Amino acid sequence: MDDLRVHARILGSRVRGQLAYPVSFALDSLGQALGQANELAVILVVFAQVDSLGGFARDEVLLIYALAGISFGLADLAVGQLDELPRWIRTGELDVLLARPLGVLPQLVTSDLQLRRLGRSAVGAVVLAAVLAAGRVEPTPLNALLIIGTPLVGATIIGAIWVVTCSVSFWVIEGRELANAFTYGSTLTTAYPISIFGPWLRRLLCYAVPGAFVAYFPALALLDRPDPLGLPHVLRYAAPLVAVAAVLVAALVWHTAVRHYQGAGS
Amino acid sequence: MLRPYLHLVRAGFRRHSIYLAASLAGLFTNTVFGLLRVAVLLAVVEQTGRAAGYDAADTSTFVWLGQGLLAVVTLWPDRELALRVRSGDIAIDLARPWNLQPALLAQDLGRAAHAMLIRFAPPVLFGALALPFRWPQSPWTVLVFSLSTVLAVVISFAIRFLLDLTAFWLIDNRGVVTVYAASTGMLCGLTVPIAYFPDPVRIALYTTPFPAMLQTPIDVFSERGATAALLAHQALWAVLLIAAGRLVLARATRKLVVQGG
Repeated sequence: MDDLRVHARILGSRVRGQLAYPVSFALDSLGQALGQANELAVILVVFAQVDSLGGFARDEVLLIYALAGISFGLADLAVGQLDELPRWIRTGELDVLLARPLGVLPQLVTSDLQLRRLGRSAVGAVVLAAVLAAGRVEPTPLNALLIIGTPLVGATIIGAIWVVTCSVSFWVIEGRELANAFTYGSTLTTAYPISIFGPWLRRLLCYAVPGAFVAYFPALALLDRPDPLGLPHVLRYAAPLVAVAAVLVAALVWHTAVRHYQGAGS
Repeated sequence: MLRPYLHLVRAGFRRHSIYLAASLAGLFTNTVFGLLRVAVLLAVVEQTGRAAGYDAADTSTFVWLGQGLLAVVTLWPDRELALRVRSGDIAIDLARPWNLQPALLAQDLGRAAHAMLIRFAPPVLFGALALPFRWPQSPWTVLVFSLSTVLAVVISFAIRFLLDLTAFWLIDNRGVVTVYAASTGMLCGLTVPIAYFPDPVRIALYTTPFPAMLQTPIDVFSERGATAALLAHQALWAVLLIAAGRLVLARATRKLVVQGG
């Protein structure tokens, strides 16, 4: 309980710190929103050329994109600062965290809560609202639950991917960009119908790294449409279970990595 | 007169060749993104056979050249100079017996040459072997492509230099850099060929230096469009932006106060 209170106080001070420079904060948030809008522009430009992508109409792709965008923004908010892990290892700052009577991962997570990262989620939320307003999704209680739950479950899955791939830094300090392929790469793999990716890419980045469960399968349920790949119906509701499994794997990898860590000699 | 700058080119090359593991990690990431981008664009081309004048081979050539050039041209500023402005170390840089802008440009050209070997060649070869690819028809094209790439690096450097100089006035220029970095991918023709855009947008883009940083070298390599006009567009922007950098640096230097000693 005391731990939680400490973390809450740390987080509060981080948030106040960012809001102290409002212009910088506004520009930063705008930058994040623009980063997310990039993919939106790609989708809109592409659909000026064709009517469907991987068997999905524009609004259907936009629904997948919106759910993925909100999820990514939330995950980035929670664990995005793990990108700095190589620096912490190199400078020896991580050793300080290890000596404190708090968990290392919670300390890293609360070390920086960048509210600007919600800029990404905001763009996703606006697109989601537009798709819902267009009436592509039946207003049933189950769908309402899916719409609220999917971004949270999706953020959990992406967050777990983030923790696993950043753990690589404990072995390869300069491998930061390696993690980017899976973390920032997921902005692409989760935002499109997985039917457009070739079989190997799909196995690796949609199932093994469970990107398909972030937005694609839940979107199939919301749209109540058949899967062009003919995958089992039950997968559309499997995201929460996948999230639990992903978190367990992430916890295991992280603990192994921290136990392996021997300091950078600083 | 020119000798020190040639040494700086070499220094830039050597500095980046030390971080081989980092280069390889970046290479892996570029390749994964290339595969994903190609998948999206090929899904478009497969339906119509051609989209905005791009067939399957054109599309994959576009994506792999883009992913390779990305690290050469460096669309995302590293803010190294801006942080030196913020910390005051810039005073030391200005006191050195060199002209700051060409000195940094020389180092950046060295960096780009290294990136050409480690970050450009592998993904392009991978794309050429794994997927349909359009090699240039004329041997001259390779030469012109090199020239166009150098101009692209100069333009990108000149813009990054200007962005870094904003730190003289803003102190913390992270917001400006974030907005720039978030927009370049779309405006330069990294994510989607600029030919995909509707005409008015396309024309508007060519009044800016953005396409000259990525789309133009790719177009030159693919022998698409009027090469002479494309190079002229690049040269014009390179001259304008370097001149702007000189002007702003002169202004900034006049504003600079070095405290103590």
